[in-house]
Amino acid sequence: MKVALAERLLEARARGQTVCLLRFLATGEEALLVAGEQVIGAPLPEAVLDAAQRAQRYDRSTTVESEAGPVFIQVFNPPLRLVVVGAVHIAQALVPMASLAGYAVTVIDPRRGFATAERFPNVDLVDAWPDEAMESLAPDARTAVVTLTHDPKLDDPALDVALRSEAFYIGALGSKRTHARRLERLQALGHGPEALARIHGPAGLDIGAVTPAEIAISILAQMTQALRGRE
Amino acid sequence: MGRAVASGESGMSEEERLLREALAWKREGRKVAIATVVSTWGSSPRPVGSMLVVDDRGRMLGSVSGGCIEGAVVKEAQAVMDGAPPKLLDFGVSDEQAWEVGLACGGRVQVWVEALT
Repeated sequence: MKVALAERLLEARARGQTVCLLRFLATGEEALLVAGEQVIGAPLPEAVLDAAQRAQRYDRSTTVESEAGPVFIQVFNPPLRLVVVGAVHIAQALVPMASLAGYAVTVIDPRRGFATAERFPNVDLVDAWPDEAMESLAPDARTAVVTLTHDPKLDDPALDVALRSEAFYIGALGSKRTHARRLERLQALGHGPEALARIHGPAGLDIGAVTPAEIAISILAQMTQALRGRE
Repeated sequence: MGRAVASGESGMSEEERLLREALAWKREGRKVAIATVVSTWGSSPRPVGSMLVVDDRGRMLGSVSGGCIEGAVVKEAQAVMDGAPPKLLDFGVSDEQAWEVGLACGGRVQVWVEALT
């Protein structure tokens, strides 16, 4: 791999662009696609370009056969995102664990003293109201949303936006009773049974979690289950 | 959106972090090799795209298996750092494999080993 290619790859990713790195395993030649456009390497055969686009869409690195022998297509997509509502104790465990699992994490909490850099080093913090912040973050199919405040004033607006998005996981902390009341309120906002069934509440797999770290594990495990399609 | 209180660096993928580290080693004047899983069959410990970076002082980061083939990969990495062309390594359970190292899990994995130049 050429140093210039590796540098170009990381620059593009730092700007949030999708990157596809191709290696011709028979010859050692390499090529780079940034945001779907080839920026390094000899012009690619049509079939290889198509394969690269598919790999990018499905976020799956793969090796394909071509006229020039096997080509390894390595996908560098923007990371999965996790939006946490509530800069609370459990968030302090969930945020580093999710970062380790490869998520770009944003924590939303408008309350004074909660979303601070001392409590949450190296993470994106937003102190806007959850509805406003969520609209701006625009959750997509590679985003998980978890509400942790137990406060309907904060959790409900976030869940309202999440339910209108393609977020692959929506979790809400709180007891079964709290959750039942939450569903009634969200129903009143116009969400039908199918939409409401998307919310994992109480959030997290039932593994008997007690401590904040254990609860964070149960939530991250459930997010993984939703992402990898083993539900 | 309201004020962004702080922004962090979370969300850089493991492979991006490994490439960043490999470039840093290169800038230090070290020779650097990169090994990448390019194909897997059956059960294999690390998915396609997983990387291991190695330098000429024996530093290594990342992984291309649960640890069962790293030794053989590092040996080949040494050769590409010394100027050998990139090489496709094939690890499996078959007796006919050129490599004596098998995968305990019964899977098969191909690893591309190249120098960072």
